[in-house]
Amino acid sequence: MSYMFTVSPDFSPNHLSGWYIFNTWLQRQTGEAIHLELYDNFQAQRDVIQANQIDLIYANPFDASMLVREKGFLPLVKAKDIADEAIIAVNADNTVEDVAHLLSGIKIAVTEDPDVHMIGMIMLEAGDLDANNIQTRFYNNHVLIAKSLIQGEADVGIFLAQAFDDLSNLTKKQLKILVRSQIGVIHHSLMIGPKLVNRRTELQALLLTMNDDEKGKNVLNSLGFDAWVKVEDEEMEFMIDLMDTLVV
Amino acid sequence: MLSDMKREDIVGDYKEVVLNLYCNGSRKIFYTEIETPYPDGKLIVSTTDKLGIITHVNQSFIEMSGYSEDELIGMPHSILRHPDMPAVAFKDLWDTVNRGEKWQGFVKNLRKDGGYYWVKATVIPNIRNGQVVGYTSVRRKPSRKKVNECIQLYPTLF
Repeated sequence: MSYMFTVSPDFSPNHLSGWYIFNTWLQRQTGEAIHLELYDNFQAQRDVIQANQIDLIYANPFDASMLVREKGFLPLVKAKDIADEAIIAVNADNTVEDVAHLLSGIKIAVTEDPDVHMIGMIMLEAGDLDANNIQTRFYNNHVLIAKSLIQGEADVGIFLAQAFDDLSNLTKKQLKILVRSQIGVIHHSLMIGPKLVNRRTELQALLLTMNDDEKGKNVLNSLGFDAWVKVEDEEMEFMIDLMDTLVV
Repeated sequence: MLSDMKREDIVGDYKEVVLNLYCNGSRKIFYTEIETPYPDGKLIVSTTDKLGIITHVNQSFIEMSGYSEDELIGMPHSILRHPDMPAVAFKDLWDTVNRGEKWQGFVKNLRKDGGYYWVKATVIPNIRNGQVVGYTSVRRKPSRKKVNECIQLYPTLF
């Protein structure tokens, strides 16, 4: 039997090869044929999830509710000490120092990453900004968002905090952070679908001990992770409930 | 049942009032005019059981309320009830979540030290195996414009 694995399309391009390396490791450990299929947008990925073609996913928290409650997915693990946080930034020359002082009608640069977009919009709410009184411009990655701010194409950028931190120092010098989220409990998770549910304990055991040997550690490093941490069902339910409160 | 607030916990000049709390008797409240600004980028999160008894709070909840975690767990959520909040707002909250729906509103919360902080609150029922087992409440920073509207509106709802 062959299984289908996919990764939330917001993965860092730096870790593209890492996911293929991880998939090879997973196949060797489990003795199963697992095909990794990557999608360049969330809708394409959701279409194959809806068609019940996915068995294993490193999922964006925004999709966790649909995966668990509609598709019978269960959580396995999350990356240790990594949470999804957002940053609201402007051009360094912008005189605005507080989100509350941003004006309606401004141009907001975002990626299609749904949870970062959502967290960013929540922070903009404090300035009475919402989808009805801003212009939203979508960019393919966070470097392009930074460029759009520096070149004056957009007024405000919503960044994945980790991606902002990874920008070059030269780029960051030309930007100014207005607010950085500190939520801590919104995270991506590796999840299994109904066809793999009976392998859950075995898969969790493999993943949780992955950082115990040099090979496993190297694979984790290629993903930018130190280790996996178990995600209990109730922790996932809690995150889904929390996301439900945040989605307008 | 909630015990009365303690005068020694209060910071600054205060007023005194007895609040009647739905299902939780009455409580003597001391409150001041000192506002604690909502911290940027944070969410205040708590869960309660079906009766509104606190079962979980996050660090932001602890910092903003001024209570320790031990003082909060097992207490009714109305430990945060500020006398300026009209009862009708909480009736609407309970009516809405009891229908299994999401409630949103702007709330002035009371701190242990008698001060207050405004939040935009969202409450949803936690449904496990088809049954409501409790409620999750998430607060975020409110816009000042919306808070000012509530400052005008809420006194008219008593």
